[in-house]
Amino acid sequence: MTRLTPTPATRCGVATGDRPWARRGLIGLAAAVVSLFLALPLAFVFVAALRPGFGAFWAAISHPDTTAAIRLTLLVAAITVPINTVFGVAAAWLIARFEFRGRQALLTLIDLPFAVSPVVAGLMLVLLFGRQGWLGPWLLDHGVRVVFALPGIILATIFVTFPFVAREVLTVMQAQGSAEEEAALTLGASGWQTFVRVTLPKARWGLIYGIILCNARAMGEFGAVSVISGHVRGETSTMPLQVENLYNDYHAPAAFAVASLLAVLALLTLAVRKTIEWRARSP
Amino acid sequence: MTTTARLFFFLPGLLSLLTVSGAGCGCDSDDAGSAGARGGATVRLLNVSYDTTRELYEEVNAAFALAWRAKTGQRVEVRRSHGGSSKQARAVIDGLEADVVTLALAYDIDAIARAGLLATDWRTRLPHGSVPYTSTTVFVVRRGNPKAIRDWPDLARPGVVVVTPNPKTSGGGRWNYLAAWGAARGANGDGEAAAREMVAAIYRNAPVLDSGARGSTTTFAERGVGDVLLACESEAWLLAREVGADRFEIIAPPRSILAEPPVAVVDEYAKRHGTEAVARAYLEFLYSDDGQRIAAKHHYRPRSKEAEAAHPGGFPDIERFTVDDQFGGWAAAQRLHFGEGGTFDRITQGER
Amino acid sequence: MPARRVLPGFAPTMALTGFAVGVVVVLPLAGLVLQTLSLDGPAFWNAATSPRALASYRLTFGASLVAAALNVALGLLVAWVLARYRFPGRALMDALVDLPFALPTAVAGLTLTALYSGDGWVGRFIEPLGLPVAFTRAGVTLALTFVGFPFVVRAVQPVIEDLDPRMEEAAAVLGASPGQTFARVVFPAILPALVTGFTLAFARAVGEYGSVVFISGNMPGKTEITPFLIVTRLEEYDTAGAAALGTVMLGVSFALLLGINMLQRWGDRRGAGRR
Repeated sequence: MTRLTPTPATRCGVATGDRPWARRGLIGLAAAVVSLFLALPLAFVFVAALRPGFGAFWAAISHPDTTAAIRLTLLVAAITVPINTVFGVAAAWLIARFEFRGRQALLTLIDLPFAVSPVVAGLMLVLLFGRQGWLGPWLLDHGVRVVFALPGIILATIFVTFPFVAREVLTVMQAQGSAEEEAALTLGASGWQTFVRVTLPKARWGLIYGIILCNARAMGEFGAVSVISGHVRGETSTMPLQVENLYNDYHAPAAFAVASLLAVLALLTLAVRKTIEWRARSP
Repeated sequence: MTTTARLFFFLPGLLSLLTVSGAGCGCDSDDAGSAGARGGATVRLLNVSYDTTRELYEEVNAAFALAWRAKTGQRVEVRRSHGGSSKQARAVIDGLEADVVTLALAYDIDAIARAGLLATDWRTRLPHGSVPYTSTTVFVVRRGNPKAIRDWPDLARPGVVVVTPNPKTSGGGRWNYLAAWGAARGANGDGEAAAREMVAAIYRNAPVLDSGARGSTTTFAERGVGDVLLACESEAWLLAREVGADRFEIIAPPRSILAEPPVAVVDEYAKRHGTEAVARAYLEFLYSDDGQRIAAKHHYRPRSKEAEAAHPGGFPDIERFTVDDQFGGWAAAQRLHFGEGGTFDRITQGER
Repeated sequence: MPARRVLPGFAPTMALTGFAVGVVVVLPLAGLVLQTLSLDGPAFWNAATSPRALASYRLTFGASLVAAALNVALGLLVAWVLARYRFPGRALMDALVDLPFALPTAVAGLTLTALYSGDGWVGRFIEPLGLPVAFTRAGVTLALTFVGFPFVVRAVQPVIEDLDPRMEEAAAVLGASPGQTFARVVFPAILPALVTGFTLAFARAVGEYGSVVFISGNMPGKTEITPFLIVTRLEEYDTAGAAALGTVMLGVSFALLLGINMLQRWGDRRGAGRR
């Protein structure tokens, strides 16, 4: 699917034949699009969050239900991201380095969460694990609650963020080939040593980028989690759901306060991405 | 490896540390209720309610916690979840382990009972058919009532923009729909055809159908959509108080529906959590003097005459009809009007 | 990829990947398919083709098509500017392009609604012009364009960077106008990437929920998208109906993925042929 790995800008493109007015016009137009369409909403989140004053902002952020939502969101990300990282690296290694039957089918299955609507993802989990679902009753008999509880939220989040790390690392591994690994193995390194000393460092930028994308999505997922969470305040409401709860409570400024925390997360994600791009260009 | 890179390899670890310490003071936030009624531990109840009771139960929960502590010495924490009534019932059926449900209409609790989670005779367990307070549908208009809206037929006039929630998902939406239908039929005495005509015209005038009643209020108040909002009385008053009495007026139509939002303990889940006693006490608290007073304060019409009398400004006189009288009960109303291919589907699809 | 098994780790990575894909993807898929199979044919057909469902497909796919087409136009412009020009603020613009990937959709939906409703920063200027956006199909399209914005830029930008400017110079020297140069030299080269970006943006838009629920009026038959209808069906206790719609969406997702993979192979072939 998409190659999200930052591509180092190759050459300083000198567009020949471009007249200065065309150049300026195009830049101006693009700047207008980006600022009106992307920067304005971003700025608005912060304005709306801080309009009632910092005291109100702080009160909104430190409300017990909101701090519980922040904790839940961090917990979900802290469980989801490592799981998907381990899986992603394994899957990338498998697919980049080996030829086997069903390889293409496996790749399609890994990509599938990109294309499936988050709502359908949540629906599938409810159908499977709900009290009237296929596995739900059996699990409930054994005291395991999935739907409307933490496990369901984590499963939904793992589903929607499933391909991120795998895809990013796969792109890098495919581009790099395996000559260095083979050299290391020939020189007597063990498989694990080769992986830790050669493969991981080579793929680190793709890996980090995959991890931050996965993390951003894990913390920001709305549709799938909304279907499966039950919206219990202070318990199964993640930050995006708490934004919706507060907005519907007539606490629009508080909703924007929580939204602004998520926007900060987005800004951090963008900053890290830029840093990676810059590092990757100057190794 | 560079410092940044190292940092980001450690990030997940750091995060988990943060959250583990966070979860520690969150007191096992993932299994509410299961603590049960053991000794001095905090008991947890989950109240799954509908969309417009947010403020009511915020206050009820705090008051009940105090009362219960004074009576038994036990700490109780009531958590809540709000959303469209049917959506909430569906969540409970699918496994959202509510100890009590306080929904917009009996049909939704019946659905939970049909799924085997509580006895089908749940209505008989508490006074007044398990309805501790009632309400009715009123109109909220913009200041000065520029479209001169006084009664139901005014909503059907061309050019009037009506905001009301989706009757398929919102209990309040269904109350509003049936209020319009019943008022049209009763007022003119010319029966079903006229009622259908008028309700169809009202929904032609409704550009937005939010999934919950609160969504509609937000659409009307904060997004400035519409000339009139159909809302239950409590929601209308809340709007006037929270968003500003200088911007809205409440219009009480001469006739409207007697909305009866019922409450029940969900036996199956309460049993599992060992919270049956406290859950029942919680619902009984709604009938107590304090509970009734809080309900009246949030503009739900209490059952107790004293609490009703104490309500500042009083409740306007509205002739209210019931679902049983006008529609032969919820099951019949649901099948005829809101089921797949029912009247609501036909009138909204006819106008496309 | 060579079929070399000198590299270690086939068995453990295969086991791990197989397990993860099985639990996370295949099992839930099986749940949905089983639920759908428990419907009989006519019931499935009725649920999947009710007038309301058809209207929701029209809106979902129609608005997604328009949004993806808008993204091709806007994305090509921004990608071109980012790839070809150096100007102050370029790094910032480049970073902002990814914002829709990073910003939670609920935040995007909340913000766009507040901006474009009648008394919002943007809405108060365009609504008097007779262009209501919030709670209309235009609003749905706007939200879908927002969430799909980075795809075309990120698909096309590297291809433009890789283009050999000498080709364009040659065309100009031979007397082609800038328009002709673009149409005959540049456009064919970036076409596969454009189509890929379009398809990715389209696939993303079709499934989108979080940002749309806030800005769409969710009016049945008018501004109701299919994912919202699925949620509504679930809330109406109509699990089978929800599953039927979910299966339709899933089928579309599969088809789109297949299309994207084929497009990417096409692009790779053309790219290889060029070099």
